[in-house]
Order: sequence, then structure tokens, then C-alpha cells
Amino acid sequence: MNFEEAIKELEQIVEKLEQGELTLEQSLDMFQRGVALSNLCAKMLDEAEQKVSILIKNKDGTVVKQAFTGNQEDCMDGF
Amino acid sequence: MSEVNSYIKALMDHDLLLCSIMVKGEISNFKLHYSGHMYMTLKDEKSTIRAVMFKSAGLRLKFRPENGMKIIAEGRISVFERDGQYQLYIESMQPDGVGALHIAFEQLKKKLEAEGIFDAAKKKALPPYPQKIGVVTSPTGAAVRDIITILGRRFPCAEVLLYPVLVQGEQACYQIAEGIKYFNDNKMVDVIIVGRGGGSIEELWAFNEEVVARSIYNSCIPIVSAVGHETDFTIADFAADVRAPTPSAAAELVVPSRHELIVRINNLQDRLLNAFYNGIESRRQVLKLLVQSPAFKSPVDRIAQNRLLLDQITKDLYKNVLLNVQKKKDTFSAICSKLDILSPLGVIRRGYAIAKGSNKRIVMSVDDVSPGDPMEVQVSDGVIHCIVNRCVKGVKGG
Repeated sequence: MNFEEAIKELEQIVEKLEQGELTLEQSLDMFQRGVALSNLCAKMLDEAEQKVSILIKNKDGTVVKQAFTGNQEDCMDGF
Repeated sequence: MSEVNSYIKALMDHDLLLCSIMVKGEISNFKLHYSGHMYMTLKDEKSTIRAVMFKSAGLRLKFRPENGMKIIAEGRISVFERDGQYQLYIESMQPDGVGALHIAFEQLKKKLEAEGIFDAAKKKALPPYPQKIGVVTSPTGAAVRDIITILGRRFPCAEVLLYPVLVQGEQACYQIAEGIKYFNDNKMVDVIIVGRGGGSIEELWAFNEEVVARSIYNSCIPIVSAVGHETDFTIADFAADVRAPTPSAAAELVVPSRHELIVRINNLQDRLLNAFYNGIESRRQVLKLLVQSPAFKSPVDRIAQNRLLLDQITKDLYKNVLLNVQKKKDTFSAICSKLDILSPLGVIRRGYAIAKGSNKRIVMSVDDVSPGDPMEVQVSDGVIHCIVNRCVKGVKGG
């Protein structure tokens, strides 16, 4: 689940709970799901490690993805 | 005649001054032939001279010559023998006053604007939380570092894909266009940042090329342009869905800020808790009211009352049943004594007998037996076995 999906579902859950038309059992389920989602969102912001890749074109024209460290002076080969 | 023209041509072609001259004037009668050659008249206040620029030379022009444009042309004077006309064969041309690049910029901008490439209605909205961000820029510049740093600080869960390109020089515009196309063809990213750090107009020129503007316009993925500094405007900026003043600003535009998101998540969390507890609390209130209501209490009373009633009824019922049983017993013994009276045994006791045939059937008629048949006659104290002697109809026995 990505951040957008998580925060969107969390928003929907909050709105449904606020409308107050759920059974007790449903609202308990929703609440538990909402808590899990908000923790997930916070975790994604706190713990996510940024992933940066560079697309390198091989001599045969195929493109490969490599981790980008920022000091690849040779990465312009083939471009 | 042709000899004259030929001679004049030879004279002119050997003149060192006419071989390489530079003239300043205004273009008129401009004609772009379908062959690609350009024909025009150059004039100043006093006179005019015919001029031609062949396709090969014309391709090197950054701008399109137009009537009324003041230019400086470089070339040679020679004779077109067929017409007996001398003319200027232009090798290169520069706008007089403003730079060629400036004119080229204005011309391309006007052309693309007329085509609707910059239409505000065509601009795509940026995704609020991109999962993957494409970056088309040089892998070595400060721009890429700034972009990656800011993206990582604000929204680290987005993956960054760098398509490395040259951002200046002849090949730059094609590589940039190819990068945009690559991301589109592979549907790899949610948003693209295209740009480079600051530089001179020449260094930024790739972003003023038509091929870049068109690839931006044709992109299905939203594009943020980030070329040079805040004061630099390129054609790419006009074509892009969003123009960022700098590469760093582009990174800030494409992802939400971490701080804002944390505030937002906390806010949602609070609302979640409140909504849930409000739901529970309102139910608790409803329950409390119900418990206290007479409508809820009275059933309890009614149960107690009904229980008393039930006890009473049970007692009555028991009594009634006993009474009923006694009644039935009495009736039964009455019937029994009646039965006793009616019983054939009682009749026998009074002197009557029961005659039965050999088939144990009671003999009711003289026709039931024949002479010689055995018979049984039951009397009060036993059975007499006898044989029928004679049957006489119509005579009363006795």
C-alpha cells in the first residue's frame, strides 16, 4: 500500500465514522483500521528511505536501472 | 550576351572585396521557395540589392527571416548569368540589434502559442502524492543534487528515477525530448521534472527548442519545468504543466511537505479518535435513557405480576382437575351399575338362558339350527350341551 492509498482510505474512514451511521461492530472495525492506517502513514514518512535510480542506456539500446549515488561521472557513457 | 554576363561574373568573382562582404539592411520581398532556398531583397534608405540564401546555409539559422527584419548578412556578390543580375549569396545572417536567439525565441513562442501548445486548458494537474518521480536532467549538475535532496527531505517514500541527459549543446534538446518520451512510453512515473541549473541564454538554449516543447506538450505525464534561475523563461516553461522558478522549487512543487503531512495525519488521527468515542458515548447515553425509562421498567413489573397470576391459575387448574377427576369417577360407577343391570348375565340370573349353535352363534330363529345339530344352552351356573330334536316354527317356547 502506498502513501496516497493509505491516507485516502484513512480520510474515508474518518468521514464515515463522523457521519455516525455505522453499527457498533462496524465502527469498531473502522476505528481499528483507521489507527493502523494512520500509523502506517506516519511510519512511511519517518522510516522511508529515499530510493534514487539512474536509467543507463546500454550499447544495445536497452535501458537498465541502477542505484544513483550522485558521483557517477561515467554514467553519461552511451548518451 | 552570355559572354558578357560570363565576363562580368568572372570579374566579380575575382574581386577580393566582393568575395566576402558584410551588409546591413532590411529584408523585403522575402520568399521561401519550396526547394528550401530563400529569396529576398535587402534595402537601406537609399538602395536595394537582391539576395539569395540557399537551403544548406538557411538550415543553420536559429531564426526565420521575415519582411521588415533588420539584419546583418555575410556572403559574396556574384552574377546570375541567366538574368544578368548580380546578387548577394548569403552564407550567414544575424539580426541587427537584438540577438538571433532572442528573435528565434519570440518566433517559436508565437508559433507554438498559435498552435495551442501553451493552452492553460491543456495543463495537467500534478498528483498530490507521487509514488515515482522522473527527473530529466544532467546527472552531474547541482540541479540534480538539489532536486534529490529536497525530495528526500520532504517525501522520502517517493522513488526518484533519473534519466540522464546533456543539458547544453547540439544534442541536448533531442536527449531531453527522448527522456520525456521514455518515461511516457514506459509509464514509469507519476510526474516529471525537466530542467537544469542556471546559465547563459546559449547554455539554456536546449529548453527553447521546438522538439523539447513538443515532447512536453505530448507528454501524458504531468511535467514541471525547472530551467535556470527565477528570471529565466524558456519555451519549455510555457509548454510545461507547471513552471518552477528553479530546480529546487520544482522538487518542492511535486511533493507535499513532510511537516504538512504530519500535521494532516495527526489531525486525521484526532478526528478518528473523536468520531469513534463520540459514537460510543452517544450509544451509552441512549442506553442510559432506555434503562431509566418507565417503558423499560414496566416490563419487569409485569413479569412479577404475571408470575403471581400464573401461580394462581396453576392452583386453580390443579383444583379443577382434581374436581373433574372425582366427577368422572362418580359418573363411571353410575354407568357401571347401569351396565350391571343391562348385562345378559343379570338376565340369566333371573332364569333366562342363551342358546348357541355349534358355530357359537346365538340362536335367534328356528331357521338357525336343524334337527341333529349340537347346541349349547347357557344358564346361570353352567352350560348344557344338547342335540336339536325338532324345530317348530311359530310356537312360543316355554
